[in-house]
Amino acid sequence: MPLPRTTADGHPIMFVQGNEACVQGAIAAGCRFFAGYPITPSSEIAEGMSRELPKIGGTFIQMEDEIASIAAIIGGSAAGAKSMTATSGPGFSLMQENIGYAYIVEIPIVIINVQRGGPSTGLPTKLSQSDTMQARWGTHGDYTAIAIAPSSIQEVYDMTIDAFNLAEKYSTPVILLMDELIGHMREKLILKHDCELELRERCLPEVPTEWYVPYKSQTNLVSHPAPFGMGYRYSVTGLIHDTTGFPTQISAEIKSNLESIRNKIITHRQDIWKWQEYYTEDMKYLIIAYGSAARAARDAIETMRAKRIKVGLIELKTIWPFPDNPIKKLAYHTKAVFVAENNMGQLIHPVREVLPERIDIIGVQRYDGRPLEPMEIIRAVKEEIYA
Amino acid sequence: MHKLPEVYDYLRWRKRFPTVWCSGCGIGSITGAIIRVVRSLGFDKDNVTLISGIGCSSRIPIYVDFNTLHTTHGRALPFATGVKLVNPEMNVIVVSGDGDALAIGGNHFIHAARRNIGVTLILVNNSIYGMTGGQVAPTTPIDAIAHTAPYGNIDPPFDAVQLALSSGATFVARSTVYHIIQTENYLKKAFQHKGFALVEIISQCPVLFGRLNKMPDPVDMIMSQKENAVNLVKAKKMTEEELKGKIITGIFREDNSKVEYTESYAHLIQRVQNQNEF
Amino acid sequence: MSTKSVKNSKIMNNNKNGILPDKIDRFEVRIAGAGGQGIISMGMLLAKAISLGDKKNASQSQSYGPEARGGATLADVIISDKTIYFPECITPDILIALTPGAYEYYAASVKPNGIIIADSNAVETVVGSVMTVEVPILKTCLDKFLNPIVANMVTLGFLTEFTGIVSKKSIKSAVEDRFEKSKFLESNLKALKAGFELGKKFKSEGLTQIEPGICLNL
Ligand code: SF4
Repeated sequence: MPLPRTTADGHPIMFVQGNEACVQGAIAAGCRFFAGYPITPSSEIAEGMSRELPKIGGTFIQMEDEIASIAAIIGGSAAGAKSMTATSGPGFSLMQENIGYAYIVEIPIVIINVQRGGPSTGLPTKLSQSDTMQARWGTHGDYTAIAIAPSSIQEVYDMTIDAFNLAEKYSTPVILLMDELIGHMREKLILKHDCELELRERCLPEVPTEWYVPYKSQTNLVSHPAPFGMGYRYSVTGLIHDTTGFPTQISAEIKSNLESIRNKIITHRQDIWKWQEYYTEDMKYLIIAYGSAARAARDAIETMRAKRIKVGLIELKTIWPFPDNPIKKLAYHTKAVFVAENNMGQLIHPVREVLPERIDIIGVQRYDGRPLEPMEIIRAVKEEIYA
Repeated sequence: MHKLPEVYDYLRWRKRFPTVWCSGCGIGSITGAIIRVVRSLGFDKDNVTLISGIGCSSRIPIYVDFNTLHTTHGRALPFATGVKLVNPEMNVIVVSGDGDALAIGGNHFIHAARRNIGVTLILVNNSIYGMTGGQVAPTTPIDAIAHTAPYGNIDPPFDAVQLALSSGATFVARSTVYHIIQTENYLKKAFQHKGFALVEIISQCPVLFGRLNKMPDPVDMIMSQKENAVNLVKAKKMTEEELKGKIITGIFREDNSKVEYTESYAHLIQRVQNQNEF
Repeated sequence: MSTKSVKNSKIMNNNKNGILPDKIDRFEVRIAGAGGQGIISMGMLLAKAISLGDKKNASQSQSYGPEARGGATLADVIISDKTIYFPECITPDILIALTPGAYEYYAASVKPNGIIIADSNAVETVVGSVMTVEVPILKTCLDKFLNPIVANMVTLGFLTEFTGIVSKKSIKSAVEDRFEKSKFLESNLKALKAGFELGKKFKSEGLTQIEPGICLNL
């Protein structure tokens, strides 16, 4: 008798890696174009897409490098297909130039970064969360990024779909920050039926072609440049442009262009922010973490709660834009805040920015390529309590 | 001769003149040639995507009324690859300078040619970096002066045609701005070609290359194209010594036997879907 | 290790969960060996069988060197009735060591009432405080199949029968799923069966529960 392939209520069920869950999520979200370049530990995503896309008439291409990969998916998205690439640290660095291009031309794409240790070639097969800041500030210039982070295999699937929805909704690149542990570990995954998926499709213009203006003038509205071939011909350029897409040097237009790509995200941050609270009602100590570090934190909290230590967790699903207000609110009555991460301290910076000085902010960091262990978090909390 | 208004029809109403280009530059002539060929082939404007990287010639898409994508330095071909794969019906044209296509974008160039993807690359070769102010390019002749080669260039220049031929491009041609009718003929063939097409157009940059190399008058530069151009047939009979400093023009390859990349992907899709049915 | 075969008079423990407790808080299995031994696929099959077949929560994580073959490889399987958060072993309940390095490196981390399963040909065990079972896995493979490649299946079969942490039905289904339509299905199922038999043989020696400090070697 084979293992069950569906749940009792008929949902397909799998036991797969995070990278495979990402492939399933992308296909479900309507991704029909993938361009990528092999890199550990994300290669299984490219392999999965090369297997799945032709089955549904989509297109996969392995490009000559990561620079070409991201360029190709921006081209693919400009031509109207939901497009994605997947990479890890070194490839993510190479992609930065064109991620910046996607920000300024406001073309939706999804970039998966299965983080590994760095800098440089670093630790190809070991986990890390050291691209946290790069996801926010990786490319040059002023812009506002969206980066989200799953911590379980089911969440990889769900949040890959979220990533596509956010990209289409805000016409912007969205970065899904995984790490080697999440990418390679296996857990049960339950797929959704097509009818249960809430998918956001490309927002198409409704005006006659001669009235068409691709970029919005009010700086807090979201522009949705039309896909090529529909009759809306306009200029797409990486130069600062006016509302019609033409390069501009006029001060007011420069400001409007830059503010619109910032404000469309900042003004909608409430809608973008997602986080999960865990034992926060009565907590005296707060842990902030995401991804695999959050898994360790949950374990640590279970253990500490059993010993009546009042500790809680905010597990960030949205890393950027940084959920400053929710953290401020939740941390208000705590004695100390612990930022647990698999790097030398990146997420701790925005936390320091938002919290008042009276709250102790303590970093629990591990950067040897091994996942942060629950014990390390417990030790840090105990040290603070008994200090 | 085409009447002016017809070309105008293909220029964006807000961005006709002045262009960013210097007077006497060859890029204007090339823009005109592209428009005339697209028009003569009867391509629907919506069905043309013009993509470029960074450089003087890469500004062409700003002015013309097609779907246009003015991208990052050297990356026009991968962008074009994405557009073409998602919309194989689209006529995808890439305009690239010599620095754009052969230096920073050299890798993309050879791989696009290798895949034989149905994109036309118009390589505007002016032997110098114009937009950034006259630095040495991978096409600058030996001993020529540039702002980063003040004592004369010692780097051997690239031959884009040979590079394309050896990388597997299935249509390869070279012409000059002076021979604009011939250029248009080649472009016409290239736009209709299935598979990767390279048309290298030798252009003049009087303002930088010309001034630095004792040829500041655009007319002199255009005339030198006329004098130095040697047709491929004739060039075959000439010695290496005689060919020194010459521009060999003509169609170097026109091969319709190779399958175009988006077509072979369509076949792959069919094969996979048939397999899955049974 | 000075081996002593253990005869034990205690009644065979026929708990349907094998050595798993009735309420599983967190049960950790670590499979360690070299790249190319099928360590990760073993972990994956085990976790998949438990998760989908036995309807318990299971996760599998892994760690390996950059070399596809020959490097040290580790697969961790966590079993629980609750949601599993931290997916790696902290103190394994079961360690399967297929290379000397794997044994030397991880034996000390095993829980006092845990089990170490080692390949009797590859690994030289020492007397410790943890129950150790030396199993002729490689030898069985070479004797029966003339091929060391199915060692992971023999191990999996042995683990299933000897510890009962996964049901035989589920592990068989997982292997069948894995090699669906493959010409290797039969050889893998045979190897799995050989593993079951090996497990039975060890069990019939009368050992019924984990005996710290005992080494079982047939
Ligand atoms: S710098 Fe040279 S190439 Fe550029 S526009 Fe001027 S003349 Fe033309």
